[in-house]
Amino acid sequence: MREPALEVRDLRVRVGTLEAVHSVSFTLERGLRTGLIGESGSGKTLTALAVMGLLPDGLGASGSVLYEGRDLLQMAEAELCRLRGDRLAMVFQEPMTALNPVMRVGDQVAEPLRIHRGAGRGAAGRQAVQLLERVQIPDAAEKTRAYPHQLSGGQRQRAMIAMAMACSPDLLIADEPTTALDVTVQAQILGLINRLVEEEGATLLLITHDLPVVAQVCEQVMVMYGGYIVEEGPAAEVFDRPRHPYTRGLVDAIPPLDQDLPERRLRAIPGNVPALGEFPEGCPFRNRCPRADWRCQVMPALTGEQHKVACWHPVA
Amino acid sequence: MSGPALFQVNGVSRRFRLPRTSFRHAPATLTAVDRVTFELHEGESLGVVGESGSGKTTLMRLLLGLERPDEGTVDYRGASLRREVQAVFQDPVSALDPRMRVADIILEPVRVLHLPGDREKTLRELLEAVGLPQGSARRYPHEFSGGQRQRVAIARALAPRPRVLLADEPVSALDVSVRAQILNLLQDLREGYQLTLVLVSHDLSVVRQMCDRVLVMYRGQVVEAAETRALFRAPRHHYTRTLLDSVPTLRKRRAASR
Repeated sequence: MREPALEVRDLRVRVGTLEAVHSVSFTLERGLRTGLIGESGSGKTLTALAVMGLLPDGLGASGSVLYEGRDLLQMAEAELCRLRGDRLAMVFQEPMTALNPVMRVGDQVAEPLRIHRGAGRGAAGRQAVQLLERVQIPDAAEKTRAYPHQLSGGQRQRAMIAMAMACSPDLLIADEPTTALDVTVQAQILGLINRLVEEEGATLLLITHDLPVVAQVCEQVMVMYGGYIVEEGPAAEVFDRPRHPYTRGLVDAIPPLDQDLPERRLRAIPGNVPALGEFPEGCPFRNRCPRADWRCQVMPALTGEQHKVACWHPVA
Repeated sequence: MSGPALFQVNGVSRRFRLPRTSFRHAPATLTAVDRVTFELHEGESLGVVGESGSGKTTLMRLLLGLERPDEGTVDYRGASLRREVQAVFQDPVSALDPRMRVADIILEPVRVLHLPGDREKTLRELLEAVGLPQGSARRYPHEFSGGQRQRVAIARALAPRPRVLLADEPVSALDVSVRAQILNLLQDLREGYQLTLVLVSHDLSVVRQMCDRVLVMYRGQVVEAAETRALFRAPRHHYTRTLLDSVPTLRKRRAASR
C-alpha cells in the first residue's frame, strides 16, 4: 500500500437531528484516482464538503480527517483557508455558480497564486494565461479578460480546473465535474483531469453518480448508499465482480453500450431512493434488496482485504 | 413491425431571434431546427439523440404543435393531434402542478378534451398500468419521489389513449437505480397500449435499449438516420462516431497505467 494522502476516520455528518453520513472511514492513497459513487441522499457530497471543511451552516461533522498527520476537522478556519486552494483543491458541478460572475476569468484563475504564493498582479496574470493554455482553452490570453458568462460550459469547467490546479495541489476533489456537460465535452474534461492529475502526481477523489465515468478515470472505487460506504476496492474488480447487491444492481441496470444485443428489459432495482431520515434501520438498502433477511436489521461492517463489502449476504 | 406514417415531417426549419446584444447590429437568429425531413411510422420506436443545442427539443415541440415551422410542414396523419399525441418531459417536478391531487393531474386531459368514459375506472387502470398504488390518487406530487412522479406524468400522458408518446429525456433527472424501472415501464406500455414512441435523449445507451430507429441531430440538422443496430455497429457520420467514442462505458477502461 502506498503512502496515504488523506485518511478519513469515523466521519459522521449530522443534518439537524438526523445523521446523513454514518461512520465513514477510508484512505486515499497518494497518487491514486479514487471514485466515490452515490445517488441522491447517499452522503457523497456531504462527505466531500466535510473533508474540505465546507459544510453549510447547521451541519456538523465529527470524526477525523487526517492530512499530513493533522486533523482537518480540528483545524482553525484561518489555517484551513491556507490549505484550501493550495494543497487541497475542489472542482464543483456547476461552474456557472462556482465562478464569480463579476470577476474576469483571468483574475479568478490567478487568485490562488496571489493568495497562496504572494504573486504580484503582473506575474499572476501571466501565469493565468499559462494555466488557461494548459487546460486547452483557445485564445487563452484573450479569455483571461472574459467574464464567466462569455465562456461555454466546457470552457468554464476548464477554467475551474485551471484554478484548482494553479498551486499544484496534493489532493483534488471533483464533485460531479462533468454532469452538466455534453458527452463529447465530458470526454475531453475527463481526459484533461486525468492528464493534469497524472502530471502533478496529485491524488484525485472523483465524486459522481455515473459508474462508467469512474470506470474510465479511476483505479479505486467506493460505493455509498444511505450514508454508508457499502463497497470499495479496485475499480476493475468492483465493476467486474460487484459483491454488494446494490452495486450489482447498479451495474445490471445500466443499458450496455458495448455488448452485442441488449435484452429488451433491463434488470432494475426495485423501489425508490428514500428521503433522508427514511432509510430503514440497519442496512439502508434492505428494503430494496432481493437478498435481505432478519440479519440485515443490523448494519454489517465493511470487511475484506482489498475488495471490501458491507453486506451479510454478498453476491458470490 | 412499423405501419403507415403517422407523422410526415418535410423540410422543417424553426428559427429563433436571439436577444439583441448591441444597438449597432441587428439581432442574430438561431436556426434551432434546420430542414429536417423524416417519417414516424405507426408502432415504431424512434430515438432522437444529440447534445444540447442540437434542436432535439425544438423538434419535439414542432411535433406537438407547440411551435410552428418557419419553413416546411409537419403533418399528423391521425385523427386528432391534440388527443392522440402526448408527451412526457425530463423534470417530473416542474411538469406536475403542486396544488393538484394525483387523480386530478392524471384525469386533467380527459376533462379538458371532454373524453367519454368512466373516469374512476380510467384512473384505476392508469395507476395500475404505471405501477402506482391506488392510494396515490388522493395524494399530492410532493409526497412522491422523482421516479414515482415520472410515473404520474406517464399516467397523465396515457389518459387520453394516445397513439404517439413523445418522451423528452424521461429518465435524465432520475436516480440511476430508478432509471431502469422507468425504461422498462415505457417498454411495457409501448406493447400494452400499442404506442408509437419518440424518445429524445442525450444518452446513447438509453436510445439503443429502447429504439428501433435513430435520428442523430447536430446543430439543428439530422446528420444520420438509421436502424439502431446499424447505427451502433457502423456509424456513418463522423459526428455519430465522435459521439459514440465519447460515451464512457464500464468496460471501456483507461488503457494507461494500471
